[in-house]
Amino acid sequence: MLRSRLLLVLPALFGLASAQQVSLTGAGATFPYPLYATMFDIYQKETGVSVNYQSIGSGGGQRQLLEKTVHFGASDAPLSDEQMANYPGKVLHIPTALGAVVATYNLPGLETPLNLTGEVLAKIFLGQVKTWDDPAIAEINQGVELPALPITVAHRSDGSGTTFAFVEYLSKVSPEWEEEVGVGTAVEWPTGLGGKGNEGVTGLVRQTPGAIGYVELIYAVQNDLAYAAIQNQSGEFIIPELASVEAAGEIEDFPADTRVSLTDTPNPEGYPITTLTWILVYEDQEISAKSQAEAKALVDLLWWMTHEGQEQNEKLDYGRLPDIAVAKSEALIQGIKFQGEPLR
Amino acid sequence: MRLYGKIGDQIFTWILVILGLGVLGAALLTGGVLLFGGLESFQTFGFLGFLTDSSWNPVRGEFGAWPFILGTLITSLVALGLAFFPALATAIFAVEYSPRWASTTIGYFVDLLAALPSVVYGLWGILVLVPLIRNHLEVPVFLWAAQNAPWLAEFLGSPTGIGLLSSILVLALMIVPFAASLARDAIAVVPREQREAAYALGATHWEVIRMAVIPYARGGIFAGVVLALARALGETMAVTMLIGNSHNLPYSVFGPAATMASVVANEFAEATLDLHYSSLLAIGFVLFILSLLVNLVAAWILRRMTLTGTRI
Repeated sequence: MLRSRLLLVLPALFGLASAQQVSLTGAGATFPYPLYATMFDIYQKETGVSVNYQSIGSGGGQRQLLEKTVHFGASDAPLSDEQMANYPGKVLHIPTALGAVVATYNLPGLETPLNLTGEVLAKIFLGQVKTWDDPAIAEINQGVELPALPITVAHRSDGSGTTFAFVEYLSKVSPEWEEEVGVGTAVEWPTGLGGKGNEGVTGLVRQTPGAIGYVELIYAVQNDLAYAAIQNQSGEFIIPELASVEAAGEIEDFPADTRVSLTDTPNPEGYPITTLTWILVYEDQEISAKSQAEAKALVDLLWWMTHEGQEQNEKLDYGRLPDIAVAKSEALIQGIKFQGEPLR
Repeated sequence: MRLYGKIGDQIFTWILVILGLGVLGAALLTGGVLLFGGLESFQTFGFLGFLTDSSWNPVRGEFGAWPFILGTLITSLVALGLAFFPALATAIFAVEYSPRWASTTIGYFVDLLAALPSVVYGLWGILVLVPLIRNHLEVPVFLWAAQNAPWLAEFLGSPTGIGLLSSILVLALMIVPFAASLARDAIAVVPREQREAAYALGATHWEVIRMAVIPYARGGIFAGVVLALARALGETMAVTMLIGNSHNLPYSVFGPAATMASVVANEFAEATLDLHYSSLLAIGFVLFILSLLVNLVAAWILRRMTLTGTRI
């Protein structure tokens, strides 16, 4: 009797085991974490493949991939050619979503969104424009009564993909910024207070009348912060929102490796501080995957994230990938190999 | 075989030896790992160069620890200076002046303050202290200085509430219980004869405390000061939340600064450049050495204090 029961139970156990056998591990950016958590949850229900994602920050994701402790890394900043040379194999960037960085400020009594240009923003963060009633700000905000408050700059004190997108934009629009500060996930700030994480910067801005800082659009929306409209290349002042963020991604010369900067977009309807977030994987899966099954599961996951998974983006306030980015990722995903064999 | 007598004793001795060496080993290993990890940075900039350079620029790959060393020393030492007399006064009051029930209550609250997580101090600092000192201290003083003494305004820095002053005040509050707790215990164990002898010579209550009690207890009081300083040097969370995390020298009184612990906490997770990573570990090593030095100096002073004799 016992034996017959065992015989009944065993296949069920094995069935369960084989469905759950493949589990993938990833680590990296905190910005897409809510999106990835939702995507991976749905994906596990649909396919049985579980994905364990640790949101330790873009830099952490890059490091973990380099150390081959994860199947994929995730980063808001693309790897530079110099960084890529350190990795044991070719690293592919698969974009998953669009995000934006907004300039949030604390000006008591101001109802309408402030207008800012990239140049003025750079001057503020360089410490050259010091008060809110400076002619440079007044000129682009006619009819708005600006207080004579001193400007307090708030920036990230930790390394961040958000910082990267923000300073990369400032470098594009201000030669002086490029010269004096430069681009990186952490930079030497000429002025201001540092706060840890989006919440740290938000705390500083909320606490200090006259403060200005930068945070992720999603974070600003969810926390009901005031943020500025920023002038794009075509001279329009654009409010950051899903439509203008997605418009910024609609560019024609999208490179094959998807390592493109969307800041300062040429699209007249696009918001200028828009950024992609990527998943980083090795083209040669033998470096990070233990078996062909794992490599295959990863490739299928990436395909799903750039196709069916995209339906989750807008529900969670992330920009959907433009078609051209999906097409380029398809080519990249199809190039992923395990022991020389393509997986899709 | 019973674990009785000699064998049991031997086993017990060995367990103690292993545990004792384990603590020593863990400390040495920590120092070793930090030194090894920071080696790349020390080799690139030179040990002294790393300590004295004031540029910390991940974009250009230049790393110098001086702004952080300075920030740690300023915040810790000033906080200790602010905390010392209140701590001593609390201890004296609790032991010498207050009725027993009040003394127990004070002791209970002092211990509670010591046990509060530092993130709670940080939150209190941001939500309560920062607006308070910004609106009622920094802004009025700054405006006065701007009108009457422009040179002072530069020295004061921008009055945002976040910066050196608020982190020093919170740090001082955090270390008071450490100093007070040890001082209280040290004063409480001063022998009754010591006090009675002083009274017999006609001393007043205050004179007894000043001439008989405090000199006798100064070893314990000093131990509390060292413990408080050690806590202040390594305090990370509350300082990171309040100091403004900017390493642009020169620091100003109200303006932002950075400490060794705060820069490591801020940048470690996202340090992608090897040299950046190594420099953060190197800062950890410097902090390790600084703490070791504080303890060694403390041990030396403590020995001198007990050798010279403290009885009257």
